[in-house]
Amino acid sequence: MIPLSGDFDNAKGIIKEMMGSFETLRGTSVLKRGFAHMLKNGVVMDVTTAEQAQIAEDAGAVAVMVLDKLPADVRKAGGVARTASIRIIEEILDSVTIPVMAKCRIGHVYEAKVLGEADVDMIDESEVLTPTDEFHHIWKWDFTTPFVNGARNLGEALRRIEEGAAMIRTKGEPGTGNVAEAVIHIKNVNTELRRIKSVYDAGDEQDLVSIAREFKVSYSLVEETASLGRLPVVNFAAGGISTPADAAYLMTLGCDGIFVGSGIFKSEDAKERAQAVVLATTFWEDPGKVKEAQKMVDERQSMLGLDTKNLELRMQERGSTA
Amino acid sequence: MTGVSIGILAVQGDIAENLSATRMAMDELGVKGVVIEVKTPEQISDLDGLIIPGGESTVIGTLSLVNGSLKKIKEKIAFGMPVLGTCAGMILLSKKIKDRIVGAMEQPLLDYLDIMIERNAFGRQKDSFEADIQLEKIGVPKFHGVFIRSPSVIDVGKDVEILSKVNEKIVAVKQGNIIGTSFHPELTADLSIHKYFVNLVQKKN
Repeated sequence: MIPLSGDFDNAKGIIKEMMGSFETLRGTSVLKRGFAHMLKNGVVMDVTTAEQAQIAEDAGAVAVMVLDKLPADVRKAGGVARTASIRIIEEILDSVTIPVMAKCRIGHVYEAKVLGEADVDMIDESEVLTPTDEFHHIWKWDFTTPFVNGARNLGEALRRIEEGAAMIRTKGEPGTGNVAEAVIHIKNVNTELRRIKSVYDAGDEQDLVSIAREFKVSYSLVEETASLGRLPVVNFAAGGISTPADAAYLMTLGCDGIFVGSGIFKSEDAKERAQAVVLATTFWEDPGKVKEAQKMVDERQSMLGLDTKNLELRMQERGSTA
Repeated sequence: MTGVSIGILAVQGDIAENLSATRMAMDELGVKGVVIEVKTPEQISDLDGLIIPGGESTVIGTLSLVNGSLKKIKEKIAFGMPVLGTCAGMILLSKKIKDRIVGAMEQPLLDYLDIMIERNAFGRQKDSFEADIQLEKIGVPKFHGVFIRSPSVIDVGKDVEILSKVNEKIVAVKQGNIIGTSFHPELTADLSIHKYFVNLVQKKN
């Protein structure tokens, strides 16, 4: 089980106030990480309009992620990709009952503040948008709204958690319709987790200290993660997931759930595909059920996709060294 | 088989947390039995008690409808099986719901708890909160409630007992062997509510 501790001592995002006669706390780690726990075994879908959000909700999405353009279109359009229009975000907030997330640029503190004021349920500090400050991610402890961040490996994931991320997702290579990079990233994380767990089990504190230096994070976070043998927050897979089988495969690799970006609304059978990906994510342990889900979609309707080898823009590399 | 068999509906949400809290509650009480994740009608039919976890009620409801679990749970409730529903679980157990912003809505429900639910009653995630509440009626004078995008109960039928309130908002109810909470007892170290439920299952058994 994942612990919900991990408060930063001086987190400005925690608000203590009276609600009638009750003393309440908001923005604590329990509430932020707990929110992510409620999404487990679910599918979060990228949407750009209220109509798409409704299709996602009806299909059984556990939340929607609002963007101005789907990652595949960001890739095509070039230029600077920024957070979505507040008007569209508000329209979606008013039309669905499931949580609504939205993306802000890496390091863009004020885009995140605006999204917090707009009352989105979670902010994704995302490499899909054009980074503002690749060397300093947002200090997320300052926010009452929880954050999710992308990562390609364990060190990157832990650096984001140390900055206050309440949830991690693999980066994959967004907007390609190609799940290959997401698979590599989750396997990277798993391999490194096994490594630090074995060091922890062997009681080699000196090696744990050198791992903390290598990852550029505190010893206590490495120690906690090593003792758990998993990330101390909920971890979803993302980047290039297009079919029910893609989603089910990533669940077998130990992900807690799935983000689907362009895969659904860049296909020609979005409605059926949305339902099918949800079914495959829920019943991933049963290949018969995943086959039924896969049967609901038509490969000729899948987004064409891209080879990830010769891309001009590798979104996953954005902000990964900091 | 000896002892009780308690299932955690394992469709979506914080399944592991409820599994662990129930396991610990049974160990502390010295109650023999198993706690298992259940997904299919076959698995549900063998249970003595069921916990429906937190998560997204629309998702849990829709997927449980698809594979026939919802129907099986209804049958078991009719035979008196105790059920604990936390947050999304309470929504699923209810008869009537609306959303604070969206208003009237349709989603698959178990249609048992005679209550009217208001979804997202306290606001969105930023308004999620922790607060100490009390559930004197089930012998829990103080409990640390974790409320995450929580629903509240805005109307109750005559057979429903109100267990707890936050100001004017009802946040825990009981009707027969069915308990619903707006908050997440599985996210705190205090096992009082899971213990109360385990005792209920054992008594019924």
